[in-house]
Amino acid sequence: MSVDATLARSLGDAAIEPAAIGFDVKKVRADFSILRERIHGRPLVYLDNAATSQKPDAVIEAMVHYYRQSNANIHRGVHLLSQRATEEYEAARAAVQRFLHAAETREIVFVRGTTEGINLVAQTYGRQHVGAGDEVLVTAMEHHSNIVPWQILCEEKGAKLRVTPINDAGELMLDEFENLLGPRTKIVSVAHVSNALGSINPVKEIVCRSHERNIPVLVDGAQAVPHLPVDVQELGCDFYAFSGHKVYGPTGIGVLYGKAALLQEMPPYQGGGDMISSVTFEKTTYNTVPHKFEAGTPDIAGVIGLGAAIAYVDGLGLSAIDAHEHELLVYATDQIAAIPHVRLVGTAREKTGVLSFVMEGIHPHDIGTILDQEGIAVRTGHHCAQPVMDRFGIPATVRASFGLYNTREEIDALTGCIKKVREILG
Amino acid sequence: MADLRDLYQEVILEHARAPRNFRALDEPACMAEGFNPLCGDRCTVYVAMRGEVIEDLAFQGSGCAISRASASMMTQSLKGKTRSEADDLFHNFHRTVTGQDGNGDRPELGKLAVFAGVSGFPARVKCATLAWHTLQSALHEGREPITTE
Repeated sequence: MSVDATLARSLGDAAIEPAAIGFDVKKVRADFSILRERIHGRPLVYLDNAATSQKPDAVIEAMVHYYRQSNANIHRGVHLLSQRATEEYEAARAAVQRFLHAAETREIVFVRGTTEGINLVAQTYGRQHVGAGDEVLVTAMEHHSNIVPWQILCEEKGAKLRVTPINDAGELMLDEFENLLGPRTKIVSVAHVSNALGSINPVKEIVCRSHERNIPVLVDGAQAVPHLPVDVQELGCDFYAFSGHKVYGPTGIGVLYGKAALLQEMPPYQGGGDMISSVTFEKTTYNTVPHKFEAGTPDIAGVIGLGAAIAYVDGLGLSAIDAHEHELLVYATDQIAAIPHVRLVGTAREKTGVLSFVMEGIHPHDIGTILDQEGIAVRTGHHCAQPVMDRFGIPATVRASFGLYNTREEIDALTGCIKKVREILG
Repeated sequence: MADLRDLYQEVILEHARAPRNFRALDEPACMAEGFNPLCGDRCTVYVAMRGEVIEDLAFQGSGCAISRASASMMTQSLKGKTRSEADDLFHNFHRTVTGQDGNGDRPELGKLAVFAGVSGFPARVKCATLAWHTLQSALHEGREPITTE
């Protein structure tokens, strides 16, 4: 059986709506100035999108435009610039709401990134609801950012972190998950898509089984939002966090979606300006959601940049992006799996465009350096997911991860260079 | 532009394939563990001292070609040297791999001079120095387990 036959959404499915229709990758590439950079004298082949994506000129220009023509603090000034900045900031919130298909704009909280979103929930909802002897349930494929905040909480409360195992393909074991849901489980927190393996988790099913026991679910969407259409109401999750910089937006800005009823009940995360209604030394009344969770002057330019990134992605259409990237994944999986001595790590049936692999007898770091000399950027290492590496008994992998601007020719360049690794290292 | 051949010299590749002194020592006088959190590499260095002299030196762990070769050649270079000679050699080795010596030769480095090519690949300096940092920790006891960060 060829490797692509194991991918559920094989090229055959993608071919029903060929990625080429309505998706002109050449045209798309022209939107990203950085793709014209040369690296060690070679054209840049950027395959490290799971770490961070490149930014289209529209995002960079939106941020420059804000600083040049609208810069002022939000939610407080009576003057025109402040009103303009506030409008642009809140327009981006509405854009995120539509993007995630959230019911209300107040369910969208701006944070620094996925990491802060998860920490916010752990430190507010978590501290309120998790007590001694209780349990927090995660999976064996989590990024460190969806492990450590819960460990901190569990240590403080005397609670236990439980871990749903994954199989050899890197898929969540749903039956084991169900067995681990117990009377002491107070929250479930799972990745929508694994950053190290690309596996897409059955989030709807996870939410369903958790809700049957009245357990809320947080979804780490950092690796999903750039690649798949996300509808938080359809998923039914209680919280959903993602980072702007992985979805073609700026660094330093991200989103926490939370159901309004939950956000309202939660205590504030940080105290300061903008999160209050009134302050005296005797008593402070907190602002309404989402402002209760946005203490201090936020990253206004970042929010505006994120709004522009979402507009850009929406313009192309996530279904078209998904189809294009899936075609690349199927092609690359076949090419790379056929290279002698190479083993793919993460062969889930449902995957986004992430290819992790190891080469017998050669450390990923050496492969990374050789690829870099050819202008090819990949990630090597444990990908902030050491438990995943331990699960597969390896210290590290090489990870190529695709974005909307990648091409088959770039995968050919990657494959050609990997084939040369053994020549160079003897 | 740095050339891959400057980095992956034949001597380095040969040591990476067949590292010397790649074993544990029984009841070592001192031992330390090093960790490079960026790539997940681990290195354990064992040192048996006789007075101030390094009588035996060995290492274990997983890592890339550069870190394995560096650890292997370090164990060869330092056997029979004193603690302070080891410190001096590390100082010189470090200057060479970080390119602080320009093109000037450092005859005292001996075979270790093949690592000069690392200076053209700044991202790999940590690989080349992991075993050395770990040895420093072993020789000067009482330090925390070290990392390259």
